[in-house]
Amino acid sequence: MPLLSILIAIPFLGALIVALLPKKRPELVLPVGLGVSIAPLAVAVWLTAEFAVGDPSFQFGELFVISDVFGVSWRLGVDGISLFMVGLTALLFPIAIAASRSVTDRAKTYMALMLILEGAVFGVFLALDLLVFFAFFEIVLIPMYLLIRIWGSGNRVYASIKFVLFTAVGSAFLLAGIIALGILAGDTAGSLSAFDLPNVLAVELSETTQLWLFLAFGIAFAIKIPLFPFHTWLPDAHTEAPTAGSVILAGVLLKLGTYGLLRFNLTLFPDAAVDLAPYIAALGVVGIVYGAAAAIVQPDIKRLVAYSSVSHMGFIVLGTFAFTTQALQGSVFTMISHGLTTGALFLLIGMIYDRTHTRAIADYGGLAKVMPVYAGIFLFSAFASAGLPGLSGFIGEFTVLIGSYMTLPVLAIVAGSGVILAAIYLLWAYERMFMGPVNSKIEGLKDLGFRELAIMIPLIVLILGLGVYPKPVMERIEPSVNVILDRIESATEFDVPEYGREPAPTIEIDHSDDGHSDEEGDH
Amino acid sequence: MTDFLWLVVLLPLVGAAVNLIFGKRIGEPFAGWLGFVVVASSFVIAAIPAYDVIAGTAEPVTVHLFSWIPVLGVEAEILWDPLSVLLTLIVTGVGSLIHLYSIGYMHGDERFPRFFAYLNLFIASMLILVLAANYAVMFVGWELVGLSSYLLISFWFTKPEAAAAGKKAFVVNRIGDWGFLIAMMLIFAAFGTFDFHTIFATAEGVLSVGMATAITLLLFVAAAGKSAQIPLYVWLPDAMEGPTPVSALIHAATMVTAGVFMMARSAVLFEMAPVSGAVVATVGVLTALLAAVIAVAQTDIKRVLAYSTISQLGYMVLAVGVGAYSAGVFHLTTHAFFKALLFLGAGSVIHAMANEQSMLKMGGLRKVLPVTFATMGVAWLAISGIFPFSGFWSKDEILAATFAKGGAWLLLYGLGLLVAILTAFYMTRLFVLTFLGGRRWDEGVHPHESPASMTIPLVILAVFSFGFGFVNTPMRLGFEHFLEPAFHGVPHPDALDDSVIWTLAIVALVSAVVGIALAWRRYNRDELPAENTGWWSSAMAGFHVDEWYGRLFVLPGKRGAELAGQMDAKGIDGVAHGIARGVREAGTALQPVQSGKVRGYAGLLAAAGVVLIVAIVVIGGGF
Repeated sequence: MPLLSILIAIPFLGALIVALLPKKRPELVLPVGLGVSIAPLAVAVWLTAEFAVGDPSFQFGELFVISDVFGVSWRLGVDGISLFMVGLTALLFPIAIAASRSVTDRAKTYMALMLILEGAVFGVFLALDLLVFFAFFEIVLIPMYLLIRIWGSGNRVYASIKFVLFTAVGSAFLLAGIIALGILAGDTAGSLSAFDLPNVLAVELSETTQLWLFLAFGIAFAIKIPLFPFHTWLPDAHTEAPTAGSVILAGVLLKLGTYGLLRFNLTLFPDAAVDLAPYIAALGVVGIVYGAAAAIVQPDIKRLVAYSSVSHMGFIVLGTFAFTTQALQGSVFTMISHGLTTGALFLLIGMIYDRTHTRAIADYGGLAKVMPVYAGIFLFSAFASAGLPGLSGFIGEFTVLIGSYMTLPVLAIVAGSGVILAAIYLLWAYERMFMGPVNSKIEGLKDLGFRELAIMIPLIVLILGLGVYPKPVMERIEPSVNVILDRIESATEFDVPEYGREPAPTIEIDHSDDGHSDEEGDH
Repeated sequence: MTDFLWLVVLLPLVGAAVNLIFGKRIGEPFAGWLGFVVVASSFVIAAIPAYDVIAGTAEPVTVHLFSWIPVLGVEAEILWDPLSVLLTLIVTGVGSLIHLYSIGYMHGDERFPRFFAYLNLFIASMLILVLAANYAVMFVGWELVGLSSYLLISFWFTKPEAAAAGKKAFVVNRIGDWGFLIAMMLIFAAFGTFDFHTIFATAEGVLSVGMATAITLLLFVAAAGKSAQIPLYVWLPDAMEGPTPVSALIHAATMVTAGVFMMARSAVLFEMAPVSGAVVATVGVLTALLAAVIAVAQTDIKRVLAYSTISQLGYMVLAVGVGAYSAGVFHLTTHAFFKALLFLGAGSVIHAMANEQSMLKMGGLRKVLPVTFATMGVAWLAISGIFPFSGFWSKDEILAATFAKGGAWLLLYGLGLLVAILTAFYMTRLFVLTFLGGRRWDEGVHPHESPASMTIPLVILAVFSFGFGFVNTPMRLGFEHFLEPAFHGVPHPDALDDSVIWTLAIVALVSAVVGIALAWRRYNRDELPAENTGWWSSAMAGFHVDEWYGRLFVLPGKRGAELAGQMDAKGIDGVAHGIARGVREAGTALQPVQSGKVRGYAGLLAAAGVVLIVAIVVIGGGF
């Protein structure tokens, strides 16, 4: 069964169904949309369960040749990296849709766009043909643009155009890079061009070509992530987007960039990746510190969380270019965790915005007394975002830091200061909004209702669950990132440091006093 | 019997969860009893296997629970050795007493169940910290105690001071945590694991002296945050905004000693880095001195105790610095008893005085609060170092170990002795101003002795504050022998002749008596000396260190952050807007029809794209 094609098709078909719903029954839109978006979640759960742990190859593969002459194929597959990107997407869409009850204006269009967006994102994560990948990468742009443009708040026109222009500039480079690479690959494959991943991987590229292609791909992904200094579209887009838009934007769309770097830049252009790694990682670290510093002074809570994303994405970039298994696994894990924690924070901000229609931190105060349950969940999410151990954020960032130190020590140390800054911007915002005397403007607000709790609980459970027991996720990611490391090691002169492949065996406590210890692996 | 140790951690966690979710329905006082029962049960479950360790019949073991972060080799494991046994018993033992006390103290608070949820969470976190078998899991506990401390300091969060104090504590501690993180980066790069046993067994061959120095200094940065040493001590006095049982449990008896515990745990590494030892010892003794001086001038009873805690932690840190790890841990233990007692006693006084904390408005409470008076009297003598109370033995051991190193260390010994005099002085001042002399109460205050749930813990703690010193006397070093397996491979500190040991003990005792006598003469009179001018007011304000930090670090930091915020709007976005404007003009030139900006950009981009493709293919084809 072409499971992955079905996964992509469900939301698109769902969009069609939503569009065909009778105009007189607007109350059907949300339940139908939610129902459609839950189906991919079921598929994603099944995929995760059936995924063969320890197998580094692409699983559930599908292949259908679209054009022999141009070398374009409908090739899909899942590895340990895309598996969780698909899972995160499948999880966040139903949640974002469930949180869209306040959208009543043109609800059908809204829902259809959400579902198109979901299908396109699945396509990006599953496609193993560069041209198909690019097509989905571009489709994503349109519904997101419209979601901000139509259902956004105050400054939505500016924010949406800014979003499109930044991304389109990147896309132009990406398309140019893909076509150029496809033509070069065509020589080897014996066709006019070749975009299928196995064919593209087989091309031998000179270092100069790699460098140019790396930059062409890299700039598109750097804007998407966004990497400092390409990040200025993000605070506007995140802040003005409707709640669901912000959740998807931060939770899923930013990962298209980091996913692209991992999947294409590292494997296709290993020489260039190794050469440029310290510089790109340095930009990531600048983003960590800069994003966090800028977050501290934001007067708007949604903008604060948006800037915190710049900071968190910096950890992912650092880990991606540190080339140790820990750093890479940590990066992928941080992608998942950031989707959960930032998604949770945007949802929470949306819930309070629905009540008060203000995002200014100064308009609040003493909220923990008025809405204790809300406050508790907000604080939980804030600490998860700030990397508190026991919650998911810690696992990813800790693993990135430890893993990065082995190859990029100075950058890792500087990145570590992010833990201080994150505590400052989150706890200071919490202090001003939730503590202190109750602001008269917010007296009498109702605490979270059942529906809102139901939206938050899956995220809370996952944030806690992944923080306490990350192993099932880690062991699925591991073989896939090791494939990337293998490719880099074989193609370049780079060597992964001793413990950057796996940890040292531990020595058991020995009770005899002769000083000898049994060395024993801990696996 | 170690099979059930996981329950020791899990029970308080469950207690916290139940009170967090169902607390409102459980209500007062049962929420409090639930909190007490889970911690007391943890104590019992830990005490049974602890007995074998204390009796010397059980070897240290690790209990494997599950694999946590496999790629870093991090296992969730419990290390059950004398050091963790001791700390577990202190945390759950003193912890249960403070839970019991809190049932009375927090009576009537509208968030009564929530208080016990946080208190249980703290106990669980602290147990993770002390029972960890590797640095990564220890760091989990390390951060979680920071979280519970934050929650409890700002428990009365509608009060702006409490809200700010909680945040300050967490942020200052995170500065230390940065050091911990970097230390762990170095450790993993060198050892490929965080496992204590593996690291300590192989350190000699793996680490250079320089690397050992770097790691231990970074660990000390972390310890300076948690154990409130110079320059990171500033959060602890503010932490007194939390309810008094919190001050007793977290900011006196247990959490603040975590830094000392962590360094003692890392004794093997510190032994490899003599420079670190010297730095640690110096900072410790200077912290002890500075805090003792500030304590002398405080009028708020809790602030005296807060600075006193910083000062006593300085002694423990000094002990680590001179390599007298078991002496440091010994003082940690006795301090846990008498300082918890002092805080709980202060809480009893505050409770009785209708939340009055100024000692200038107390006096003459001896008759009204007989139990509090008597038990605090024991604690007063213990911390002052009067023979044979517990503090005498433990403090003396640290000073003797410092003396034994000779040479320049004698200067540290001298400062330590000066701190001993100051300690006796400010504690006597506190005791006299509170309990003796005439009544200086505000009108309408009717003090009364606290209920049994509060006085029973006082009495039990008083027994330990008096007698615990006997477990380790120069005649019989029982405590040191007990801890020995935890310091496997760590050399003993230099031994002294018996005659020297006794001389030093007498010198220490004389210093204590001098301090007490000076304070007694100054304060045990009807007319109190004026202490609000010049030196006194400066010391009272902690020598304005907070203001200096504000000017030197906080303000520039804020400026920097503002700059970052503005740079985005004006700098980077300015460039982006400039490019956009240029493109727009080019676009309108090419396309006179007002068809919207997007198409204009698209055309230009397409043109640029084609050029790029051609360029790359030409370059790529020509390799």
